[in-house]
Amino acid sequence: MPDVVSNVVFDVAVIGAGPAGLAAAARAVESGARVAMIDDNPRPGGQIWRVSRLPEPWLRSQVELFSGARVFAAPAAGVLALERSDSSLELRYRSLILTTGARERFLPFPGWTLPNVMGAGGLQALAKSGLPVNGKRIVVAGSGPLLLAVAKYLRDHGADVRMIAEQADSSAILRFGLGLIARPAKLIQAIGLRAGLLGVRYLTTCWPVGAHGVERLESVTLQRNGKTWTEPCDYLACGFGLIPNVELPALFGCRMSETGVAVDEYQQTSVADIYGAGEVTGIGGLDLALVEGEIAGYAAAGKPQDARKLFAARTSNRQFADALERAFVLRAELRNLPQDDTFVCRCEDVTYARIRQCSNWREAKLHTRCGMGPCQGRVCGGAVEFLLGWKPDSVRPPVLPARVGSLARP
Amino acid sequence: MQTRPETLRLRVDGLTIDVPAGSMVSAAVAMAGASRFRTSVTGQPRAPLCGMGICFECRVTINGRPHCKSCQIPCEVGMEVETDA
Repeated sequence: MPDVVSNVVFDVAVIGAGPAGLAAAARAVESGARVAMIDDNPRPGGQIWRVSRLPEPWLRSQVELFSGARVFAAPAAGVLALERSDSSLELRYRSLILTTGARERFLPFPGWTLPNVMGAGGLQALAKSGLPVNGKRIVVAGSGPLLLAVAKYLRDHGADVRMIAEQADSSAILRFGLGLIARPAKLIQAIGLRAGLLGVRYLTTCWPVGAHGVERLESVTLQRNGKTWTEPCDYLACGFGLIPNVELPALFGCRMSETGVAVDEYQQTSVADIYGAGEVTGIGGLDLALVEGEIAGYAAAGKPQDARKLFAARTSNRQFADALERAFVLRAELRNLPQDDTFVCRCEDVTYARIRQCSNWREAKLHTRCGMGPCQGRVCGGAVEFLLGWKPDSVRPPVLPARVGSLARP
Repeated sequence: MQTRPETLRLRVDGLTIDVPAGSMVSAAVAMAGASRFRTSVTGQPRAPLCGMGICFECRVTINGRPHCKSCQIPCEVGMEVETDA
């Protein structure tokens, strides 16, 4: 039974306090709505802005912020079941905006389960959480512009960034770079990042094939143009792009598109009064997330005429996102990374050989427990989708491990 | 207990450490020198992967409560953190 059942019915509830969610909340408040904002992290800002209070220009004291709260179920229409570290509560809403963001795609390779092999954004998050990286030897690897941003952040904080290994080839990146010329602000941002990394090797068509160590990472073997070599390092920061966090939208019955949650021009999902904005609708970066959030915020608060004014800005940002996706598409050779004895599911320690014997996700879950551990397939799902082409199963509540006391209802 | 206002003092596996205020428990565990946050079902050492509450590899015991996601919990004065090591 929930400890608190709020009698307040919020006009708009926003799940996810990253850029899209903050932009949505700000526009909904501006439109006169009473807004609740829920995020499972202790502080708002999402993964990109980890801040202690809502950042300008999205600072709005009228938003009721529920930090450190995880939505684990939707017990009835217009009701969210939330769990905090010591309590659970039910929250009521009229419109819902899902801005659940994205996570990194991890690909399994021998040794990837060793301590200090982390996501690229993962290591940056840990550094932002207080981990000193000063003097640490770090290899950054995987794919996408996030690698550059992470490498720069780590270097600015004193890390010895040994190299950046990007799996895409240089011609694809060059085409992407040329595409930026049409968008000066983006170009300046990209050059600034590169300049900050002067002296750091940026190797394209290069990826890790093995991580080595006993209790923790000691070195990583990289491959490029048929050659392999081993780099000693303290951390490997490795992520292969981003994938949208669609578990909550799936719980609400929202239809999916090829890229994420399907939305109409007002960012409304296939379910009435439920909106989606930002990375959850498809990976598109900060600027697109902000404008989608604003559109969703206006629309959810009953101001479609204000939302329409932002459609052109969204189209322009969408083009940038499409170019990004084309440049950093994952190469087929990466499907050869996991060996028979490489764990793909880290929660249940299920090897690639066992998973490959199955013919779909459901069979793998039933026969191997792949995706049945605490992360509920959030890590292995993205890998298996790339490796074997399986789409994850349906989502059932609780979408995350929850306490029995939170689940019991009178 | 004496701590300067900008740092917090807590214990990780019995070791007393001071961390900057605002640090997450995951950072404190790493600062205390522990590389194994938890032990996997086949006995492997594991540590944070995603840093954002998705992967559950950062689980530790905090003040006696097991399975706490250390990447999402801010350090508090006097916390007792235990890894699986």
